[in-house]
Amino acid sequence: MKIQRHGATLGLIAAGALLLTACGSDNNAPAGATGGASAPASAEQVDCTGKAKLNAEGSSAQKTAIESFVQVYQQKCKGADLAYNASGSGAGVKQFNAAQVDFGGSDSPLSKDKGEVDAAATRCQSNPAWNIPLVFGPVAISYKLDGVTDLTVSGEVAAKIFNGTVKKWNDPAIAALNSSAKLPDKDITVVYRSDESGTTDNFQKYLTAASKGAWTQGDGKAFKGGLGEGKEKSAGVAQAVASVDGAVTYVEWSFAQDNKLSVAKIDNGGGAVELTPETVGKAIDGAKIKGEGNDLVLDLNSIYASTAAGTYPLILATYEIVCSKGYDADTAKAVKAFLTVAATDGQAGLSDAGYAPLPKAFQDKILTAIKAIA
Amino acid sequence: MSDPVVVKPPGGTGPAGAPRGAAANTPAPPPEAPIPPQTEVEPKSPHVRPGDRIFKGLATGSGVFIVALIGAIGVFLLVQAIPSLALDNVNFLFSREWSTGDVGNMRFGILDLFLVTVVSAAFALIIAMPIALGIALFLTQYAPRRLARPFAYVIDLLAAVPSIIFGLWGLFVLGPVLTPIGEWLISSLGFIPLFAKGNVSIALGGTIFTAGIVLAVMILPIITAVSREVFDRTPGPHVEGAIALGATKWEVVRTTVLPFGKAGYVSASMLGLGRALGETIALTIILSATGSSFGWSLFDGGATFASKIALAAPEFNDPRSAGAYIAAGLVLFVLTFVVNAIARSIVAGRKEYE
Repeated sequence: MKIQRHGATLGLIAAGALLLTACGSDNNAPAGATGGASAPASAEQVDCTGKAKLNAEGSSAQKTAIESFVQVYQQKCKGADLAYNASGSGAGVKQFNAAQVDFGGSDSPLSKDKGEVDAAATRCQSNPAWNIPLVFGPVAISYKLDGVTDLTVSGEVAAKIFNGTVKKWNDPAIAALNSSAKLPDKDITVVYRSDESGTTDNFQKYLTAASKGAWTQGDGKAFKGGLGEGKEKSAGVAQAVASVDGAVTYVEWSFAQDNKLSVAKIDNGGGAVELTPETVGKAIDGAKIKGEGNDLVLDLNSIYASTAAGTYPLILATYEIVCSKGYDADTAKAVKAFLTVAATDGQAGLSDAGYAPLPKAFQDKILTAIKAIA
Repeated sequence: MSDPVVVKPPGGTGPAGAPRGAAANTPAPPPEAPIPPQTEVEPKSPHVRPGDRIFKGLATGSGVFIVALIGAIGVFLLVQAIPSLALDNVNFLFSREWSTGDVGNMRFGILDLFLVTVVSAAFALIIAMPIALGIALFLTQYAPRRLARPFAYVIDLLAAVPSIIFGLWGLFVLGPVLTPIGEWLISSLGFIPLFAKGNVSIALGGTIFTAGIVLAVMILPIITAVSREVFDRTPGPHVEGAIALGATKWEVVRTTVLPFGKAGYVSASMLGLGRALGETIALTIILSATGSSFGWSLFDGGATFASKIALAAPEFNDPRSAGAYIAAGLVLFVLTFVVNAIARSIVAGRKEYE
């Protein structure tokens, strides 16, 4: 009697598990299809003779991009694979410096003050580590407001919204930039990331650089606006904005698209600019590099404070942290192969995943750096 | 199943109406012979068999291990927390600020975390305790045996649901349902601070109100299961005595079951409270973070110790800021100890009183 009853429960659980896994794979299928379908033939030679299994860890902001790179990488190099553990930028740097992973992903370059640069040099057998800005994710100022789907903000107005100087949607500061829109007399509900994240950090850096002094709170991984309501992760903030009329947040572009949120245009002095892969590409092209040689550390202020027409300035740059030298031969080959695929054929699937493909000139710089890895 | 009629002794010692006790008596005479040597062995009892020794060692070892483990956790928390506490620029216990990003100027205090943790757990306990009592009494006193068994299984199953499921349920299903109820409470009972308009928007449902109800559902099975076991052990003679004196069902429960099970019920509730205090993932998902401080309303947002740590953990990259969170964890650790100690003293006090 007893055994039979347990058998029945087990059967039920097993059936449930099957059902769940079935749902899971359903969701994954379309992503796989878009990842590799439109990849054009590459002019770059990829040497697939390195070690088969790479390990990387770090920023969750580039997780989806890396996943789509891996699919293309596996098509190019049969049997090769890369496992990316999206445990956060801090963990990525730590694991890279401890030689637990082959390269790290991080939202910010290695910091000299924290001793990360020196630790990385030790890990690379006394060779410098390079920061390669491979993945760019546009951050959308997303909102939900009945009757308004076309909204323009400037860096200054955005700062005032997110620090509470502007509290109503029909505030003169917003109305001045949106003469044609019918702005309702409604409270602005600011939603921010309650977890610590590179998105928050970059957004606050943007506000500092582009708000003409309206944002005095500084930057950091925790939101410092001092108002609003925090939700967990990008999915949480996007879902929250989608369910409240009058809510606004900053979130990776893909989450804004998935939740059908309106995305504000940004006017940095050169006219209102919509968020598109082209306008983001233009902003990346205009970025200045402050690193030396192949250490491509970006001067983010050159993007954020740019007033050039047609550039969308609010982007999150994430780096791959690699050794310039000091890998064993097998690992070096595999790291180069993966990064080369990512910077060339891997770019095709990025727009679908909510990232911006690299513009040609910038891509060349990155490929030069990748080739120089030994 | 164990109906005496079914028992048919194979030897046929006592044919009709012979109780089992009688059958057991019949084989008694033979063992009489070996008894004398056994009594002789008794004085030599210092000789311990290896099995005994091994088992005693294992049991003692396990006991020592768990105490050492708890001690080690406490020491670890202290060692990690102290350097950060030394860098704290505000009062750790009474400040409501929490900013650890700039390690040169860390300002963190746990007052808000402490209040949100305690208020949400206490709110959950207030909801769950009477319901659990009702379920346990129903299962042990009122439900027919046939029903009680499967019912108890269903309740226990609730304890097996992962907390992330409760979190998602709270965010997507329960939160929106509670919004109109919350609005009504605010508009009609808003003069009571507990029901005042909170510091997060009611439309998103990320309030202590929602979180407390989800927590109540989560701790219900623990309180119910333990109370049920205790009530089930009410001595039969007590119950029969009460019935013999003409007590109704409710009077039986009030005069025998409840006094007997009170201590167990209280300690079951404290077990539940322990879980509510430490619950992490569900609250991380449900509770809205807020920049303003806790204002004693159930419709406030905020973060508990555990959810605050969980939100920041993925980006720990500096031991000094991580230490601030570990210090908060230390307070939670001490808090659960205090709660358990209170529970112990209540249980012990009741026993003496009985």
